[in-house]
Amino acid sequence: MSNTPANPSAKSDPAKLAKLMTLNLRVWRQKSPKEAGKFAAYTLKGVSPNMSFLEMLDLLNEGLHHSGDAPVEFDSDCREGICGSCSCMINGQAHGPELGTATCQLYMRKFKDGDTIVIEPWRATAFPLVRDLVVDRSALDRIISAGGYTSVKVGPHAEPNSMLVSKDNAEKAMDAAACIGCGACVAACPNGSASLFTAAKITHLSLLPQGKVESHRRSYRMVTQMDEEGFGHCTNIGECQSACPKDISIDTIATMRREYMKAIVKS
Amino acid sequence: MRTQKIISSSVFQKYLMAASGLGLVGFVITHLLGNLLLYRSEGTAFNNYAHGLEGLGGLLYAAEFGLLGIAILHVIVALTLTLKKRRARSTGYSSVLRSKGGKSKSNLSSRYMAVSGSILLIFIVLHVIHFKYGPGIAEGYSVDIKGETARDLHRYVVEEFQKPLYVGLYAGVMVFLGFHLRHGFWSAFQSLGTNSPKYSKPIYALGVALALLLSTGFLCIPLWIYFGASR
Repeated sequence: MSNTPANPSAKSDPAKLAKLMTLNLRVWRQKSPKEAGKFAAYTLKGVSPNMSFLEMLDLLNEGLHHSGDAPVEFDSDCREGICGSCSCMINGQAHGPELGTATCQLYMRKFKDGDTIVIEPWRATAFPLVRDLVVDRSALDRIISAGGYTSVKVGPHAEPNSMLVSKDNAEKAMDAAACIGCGACVAACPNGSASLFTAAKITHLSLLPQGKVESHRRSYRMVTQMDEEGFGHCTNIGECQSACPKDISIDTIATMRREYMKAIVKS
Repeated sequence: MRTQKIISSSVFQKYLMAASGLGLVGFVITHLLGNLLLYRSEGTAFNNYAHGLEGLGGLLYAAEFGLLGIAILHVIVALTLTLKKRRARSTGYSSVLRSKGGKSKSNLSSRYMAVSGSILLIFIVLHVIHFKYGPGIAEGYSVDIKGETARDLHRYVVEEFQKPLYVGLYAGVMVFLGFHLRHGFWSAFQSLGTNSPKYSKPIYALGVALALLLSTGFLCIPLWIYFGASR
């Protein structure tokens, strides 16, 4: 992968131009779920420290395209950390080494010239591989479909003082609602558990008046769906919360278990 | 159908794991409290305690069966969950999963619960055979307690802990007990859903303290006896 064009934005900054890096990439290539995959090695020149990780992959693909090879397939959409599309296991870390960021928010300045970077897709039985770094995460959508919504008619804006939400609960609900459904929790979990994802949604909705109505049915259905999708169990290691690009806490998992217990006892 | 789904759910299985685990922790605490008598060089107190337990008769059997049931439940659920874990990631990562640090509780203790648990299981079986079903009155380990002939368990323990192999083995396994409890205690509360931002940290700290106290408490008994401090 030599002679690949350098990042134009880096060219405009002479100080940064001097710092262009050459990286050794080992990228998982797999044409289809049925074919066996393997790592392909690429040497990528002209990587600016100011590039995001996905821009670095774009640069790689540009070169592959010019040389007539199939580009590396990877998911991306908003590229600003809010859509939850990007999903790369970078050197054994979901979304790379930075805490609280998605792959798109990871900058190449985190790496050094000459570094070897191993890039793999999320690995979980419930996330079947589609191609290269793309996995099918619709299992998470099915967990949401099982109960991650409110179906009560709340009508027009209620008079706010008639149904109070404490600041504490509002904050907790908002923190849990930050989940973007990227699946990093599953990818980083040694057991391949989707507990943090499911717990975030259960916590978010159970703390608010609209969601409380169906809280028992919701926690039962979502947990059941989570198990049926083939995710593993949670052993409270907490790797999920450090991999989560939205810093969602495993306190939500404790809440999920409380909610599930209420569901068993009260209904 | 619903009940079956609840019982087989990963969340319910963790309740079982946690409740049985806490039951076992309760036993370990009681066991150490009794064994603290071994720190006394004079064996009467320990033998009286052991004889008193035997004197409970049916109550002791009930407690033993209960304990055995809890232990078996703990092991079976652990095995079920471990098998489920394997199925959840049929194709593994080529690179080793590396922790990002942060708020993760990933450490040797939390990652290798199955290893420390298996070691403890083997140890418990051997330990029960070794002491509970070891030589008794018939083999000459007898002592007179208030006119009754009782088993001189203290003398047997002291004799056994003159053997470096046993001292090393017992002390070594207690390190694994510490590792298992360090994650297990906190994890049980997390699994039962009792943790919240307010209590999570104190419970974790309590778990570490308990692990340290219990493992060193047990670990020092064979060393104490071997190095003759009890004489």
